[in-house]
Amino acid sequence: MTEEDPISLGLDDTQQVRIDDTGTYPAFSAPVIDIEDVHKIYRTGSLEVAALRGVSLTIAAGEYVALMGPSGSGKSTLMHILGCLDVPTSGSYRLAGEDVSTMTEYELAEVRNRRIGFVFQQFNLLASLSAWRNVELPLVYAGVDRSTRKQRALAALDRVGMGDRVEHRPGELSGGQQQRVALARAVVSDPALILADEPTGNLDSVSAREVLDLLDELHHSGRTVVLITHDADVAETTSRTLRIWDGQILEPSSASATGGAA
Amino acid sequence: MNLIETFRTGLEAVVSHRLRSSLTVLGIMIGITAVILTVGLGEGAQQQVGSEISSLGANLLIVSPGSSTSSAGIRGGSGSASTLTVSNADALASKTVAPDIAGVAPVVSASELLTEGTTNWTTTLVGSNPSWLSVRGRTMAEGRFISGHDVQTHAAVVVLAPTTASELFGGRDSVGQTVDVAGSPMSVIGVLTAEGSSTTTNVDDQAIIPITTASTRIIGGTSRNNLSSIYIAASSSKTLSAAYQETDNTLLSLHGITTATSADFTITSQQSLLATATSVDKTLTVLLAGIAGISLLVGGIGVMNIMLVSVTERIREIGLRKALGATPRVIRRQFLVEASVLGLVGGMLGAILGVVVAIVLPHFISNPIAISGPAIAGSIAIAIAIGVAFGVYPASRAAQLHPIDALRGE
Ligand SMILES: Nc1ncnc2c1ncn2[C@@H]1O[C@H](COP(=O)(O)OP(=O)(O)O)[C@@H](O)[C@H]1O
Ligand SMILES: [Mg+2]
Repeated sequence: MTEEDPISLGLDDTQQVRIDDTGTYPAFSAPVIDIEDVHKIYRTGSLEVAALRGVSLTIAAGEYVALMGPSGSGKSTLMHILGCLDVPTSGSYRLAGEDVSTMTEYELAEVRNRRIGFVFQQFNLLASLSAWRNVELPLVYAGVDRSTRKQRALAALDRVGMGDRVEHRPGELSGGQQQRVALARAVVSDPALILADEPTGNLDSVSAREVLDLLDELHHSGRTVVLITHDADVAETTSRTLRIWDGQILEPSSASATGGAA
Repeated sequence: MNLIETFRTGLEAVVSHRLRSSLTVLGIMIGITAVILTVGLGEGAQQQVGSEISSLGANLLIVSPGSSTSSAGIRGGSGSASTLTVSNADALASKTVAPDIAGVAPVVSASELLTEGTTNWTTTLVGSNPSWLSVRGRTMAEGRFISGHDVQTHAAVVVLAPTTASELFGGRDSVGQTVDVAGSPMSVIGVLTAEGSSTTTNVDDQAIIPITTASTRIIGGTSRNNLSSIYIAASSSKTLSAAYQETDNTLLSLHGITTATSADFTITSQQSLLATATSVDKTLTVLLAGIAGISLLVGGIGVMNIMLVSVTERIREIGLRKALGATPRVIRRQFLVEASVLGLVGGMLGAILGVVVAIVLPHFISNPIAISGPAIAGSIAIAIAIGVAFGVYPASRAAQLHPIDALRGE
């Protein structure tokens, strides 16, 4: 299937084993994500906004979870906390069994670098770098040597169907193409957890379909994927859907599709 | 991420933000050029005065009548007293009295009118002996200098400095001609080699006659034995202080003075002249360096602004790099490389521009500009320090933010 599908991510089940081989976290004994009673309060001057008000949830390895909710309900806030890009005001977060709040700045950098691939709604590519130079960035910080980096970055771009645009800068690419580059960047360091915050929000329907197919691919190859979406049809294809309203999870995670790896 | 990677990333950032980088470099460059030129101007003036003073003659001591009011060599009532005589000079010329003195030139001088045909020229008339030439470190361009015989015979002969000769004779040959010196006809026996004008006196505009001729024919009267000054050459620069002591002791005993503080004469050495002149110019250099420092500060504030703005602009980039796994240390290093490269390039260009202007500008203005190594090195160091302080500090603060806060670019 890897050979036939031009936008296949080409990840096979052996890479699932690699995660176990690291010995950092046992994939099946602890959930990938385990948060409890998480609150997030934004303070802007005298104004306080409670973006998350006691969120608890667990996501097991290999799940494909859709996160839905109206604008301003706290989806992004939750996603940033899950991605270790922000810290909760209170509550605990265990990532694959490890308490994130006790991690040092350097351990957090490593978690962001190797364990989590984050896809932003705004792509967040560096305008001065070509596509492949953007994709190789996580590998630069992982200390991978130059030739291996280039090889892996080109391979990742190839898998998202951007193999013929590797020298283009973000400004020379369409939104859909930029998001595919961003997706290649998210998977290049082979993370077990993919977090995508409205990745199709700025895309036309064709591009959106391509990106969603790629996420599906990732899920099928064993990745844990959390996706924020407004599209109920998309949510249908995931193994579980979480609804968030005004900083709280509406439907406590049902057992309907828990552990729904392919 | 290793250092080569960090260096590459930093350099790429410099290249990809051309406008900002060139503005920063320009700011640093102008500051450094200003420092090099102002310091160079001050040091140039200092060196110029130094070389002019040494051109007065090697190992020179000047004895003038009148007491000294301060140790700095500023004379009070100089010339008003009449305490130095030809016999004083003769005593100093004795090898047994003053073994470290190589030559003694007693001098009487006055401003006199010289006439050749219808041409009049007022110049400094100097009466001295044959030692004058070597003591003052001069050479002959034509003819000969005053001889011992001329002095003994009160000969009516005159040696002209080059400017004086050309003023009186135009381009014509002057040796063998006759000029009227304060009413007495004297024959020109030689012309001095040009020396270049000093800051205080024009050494190329004077006329020298035998001292005996000066005192009998020109000055006369009661003050005929009184000297304007005695020029003394020490046998070498090492014996200058010994020669100073010998002169001091000899004159004190000849004048019957027991306490050195009540001396009725003043001895000035080139060193003391040099010290006074250099201290004046040092003040000038310090002043100019102050101005240069201010221009560097102003340039530095400009650089600081550009750096701060650029870091603010790039907080989103810092946030993204952190989100992808960059540690604060790696971010700090990247900005350190960027700032140092900008500082170094600006510093180098500023140094090159400064040196080029320092070489070219003296052709158009009369002031020499010295190229000062410490000023160049110091200003480059300051440039880098400014870049690093104002580029790295805000970047390292941004690197401490949570990635998402930085990504929001606040
Ligand atoms: N940086 C911030 N400062 C202050 N308030 C914020 C900030 N980010 C988000 N919020 C507020 O928190 C709430 C949740 O925002 P967000 O998580 O972005 O919602 P969503 O992604 O579901 O649209 C909103 O009311 C929003 O205004
Ligand atoms: Mg959002």
